[in-house]
Amino acid sequence: MIEIKNVSKWYADFHVLDDCSTFVGKGDVVVICGPSGSGKSTLIKCVNGLEPFQKGEITVDGTSVGQKGVNLNALRSRIGMVFQNFELFPHMTVLQNIALGQTKVLGRTEPEAHDRSMLLLDRVGLVDQADKHPAQLSGGQQQRVAIARALAMDPIAMLFDEPTSALDPEMINEVLDVMVELAKEGMTMMVVTHEMGFARKVADKVIFMDEGRIVEEANTKEFFEKPRSERAQEFLSKILSH
Amino acid sequence: MFKDFDWAVIGRALPFLVDGMGMTLQLTVIAIFGGICFGTLLALLRISPFRPISFVAGSYVNFFRSMPLILVIFWFYFLVPQIIGRPIGGFYSVLIAFVMFEAAYYCEIIRAGIQSVTRGQIMAGTAIGLSYIQAMRYIVLPQAFRNMIPVLLTQSIIMFQDTSLVYVVGLRDFLTSADLIATRDNRLVELYSTIAVVYFILCLLGSLAVRRLQRKYTI
Ligand SMILES: Nc1ncnc2c1ncn2[C@@H]1O[C@H](COP(=O)(O)OP(=O)(O)O)[C@@H](O)[C@H]1O
Ligand SMILES: [Mg+2]
Repeated sequence: MIEIKNVSKWYADFHVLDDCSTFVGKGDVVVICGPSGSGKSTLIKCVNGLEPFQKGEITVDGTSVGQKGVNLNALRSRIGMVFQNFELFPHMTVLQNIALGQTKVLGRTEPEAHDRSMLLLDRVGLVDQADKHPAQLSGGQQQRVAIARALAMDPIAMLFDEPTSALDPEMINEVLDVMVELAKEGMTMMVVTHEMGFARKVADKVIFMDEGRIVEEANTKEFFEKPRSERAQEFLSKILSH
Repeated sequence: MFKDFDWAVIGRALPFLVDGMGMTLQLTVIAIFGGICFGTLLALLRISPFRPISFVAGSYVNFFRSMPLILVIFWFYFLVPQIIGRPIGGFYSVLIAFVMFEAAYYCEIIRAGIQSVTRGQIMAGTAIGLSYIQAMRYIVLPQAFRNMIPVLLTQSIIMFQDTSLVYVVGLRDFLTSADLIATRDNRLVELYSTIAVVYFILCLLGSLAVRRLQRKYTI
């Protein structure tokens, strides 16, 4: 479904991504972890073309992302993305946030978009918040709206960039629960997170990144039992001891 | 000495003054509307990643911001008819001058407003498949204008005062109307103090509106 082949990216002289390759099959859940600044966000933003890259190839469902002439907007509408800081549109209500892409990109009518949005709000448990503005919601609620907004586009895959890092601890689970449910329904997911409980529960594969490289890639059980690289061992013991 | 003043002159001149105020408001409203529209376009060109476009827009802005308004008004009044070969009339020439001049100032305000909206917002918009133009229209500009309302209003108050410059091309706005009566009836003090009060009240109302909006939009 998502294939990343020998991708390299530079910011001027700085090598952010160094020859990264991996594969995410349909329905797979892949967790990406690693120290801050290792290039995790950059890598998943390359997958939906939010960041350009200079070398290598990424294909999503057969479409090559980096190639000239590819309709990136159409591709992006089919890949959901959830950001660390939610990035809800503050001037719109919750309902309008979820409906915007449906009407402007997918061409659904207002009533169609409304019905679909309410269905998704029900799913993330926020029907009663439909007419509020993002600023009136808690962080956990905002992130669930952001997930609903992404799902409203009927995506073939979902990208999550540290979806719980900006949340107060007591709100982390309400967001993770929604993600676990999605994973169990067979959504293809790439998730940058340090929530190792989540990784253990639903990930098929864990990728460990350091200094722009994919240092380790293993199925979940192996990764937690005996990580091969020293860096990953170190990293794991640090975050698991928390 | 106040006995010598004849305040009744204001009452007699009222229709004439109201007529002048009509011209002032008409110019102000059209110039604000045109200035903001053209200014928005300039701002979008100015932040374009395509260098030649942003350079042209930037040069335009810097050029008009280094010119006194009265010079711009003269130009459009005297020079443009020479170039196009026919007179365009006082009203249209000052209108064009105002719109082109004010657009340079509005452009800078609007550009700052656009840049006050974070990059993450554009990303979130494009991530759901919106094009750059759609993301600007539905996500960035509505937020930018909200942040800018107080500054835009302040600039518009200045613009309202600047319209009094149109006397140089013989248009009869509020100030010119008062001036005509004042010299005709030799009632300078009465008329000048009256219009000062009117300008003061209108601008005060404007500033109060600015303050209210500022309070409303800064959370
Ligand atoms: N626009 C940019 N220009 C220059 N350097 C950047 C830019 N964006 C990110 N970087 C750098 O790239 C590196 C990787 O960033 P990022 O992918 O956000 O890391 P992570 O998500 O793993 O914390 C960091 O060192 C960061 O400072
Ligand atoms: Mg990151």
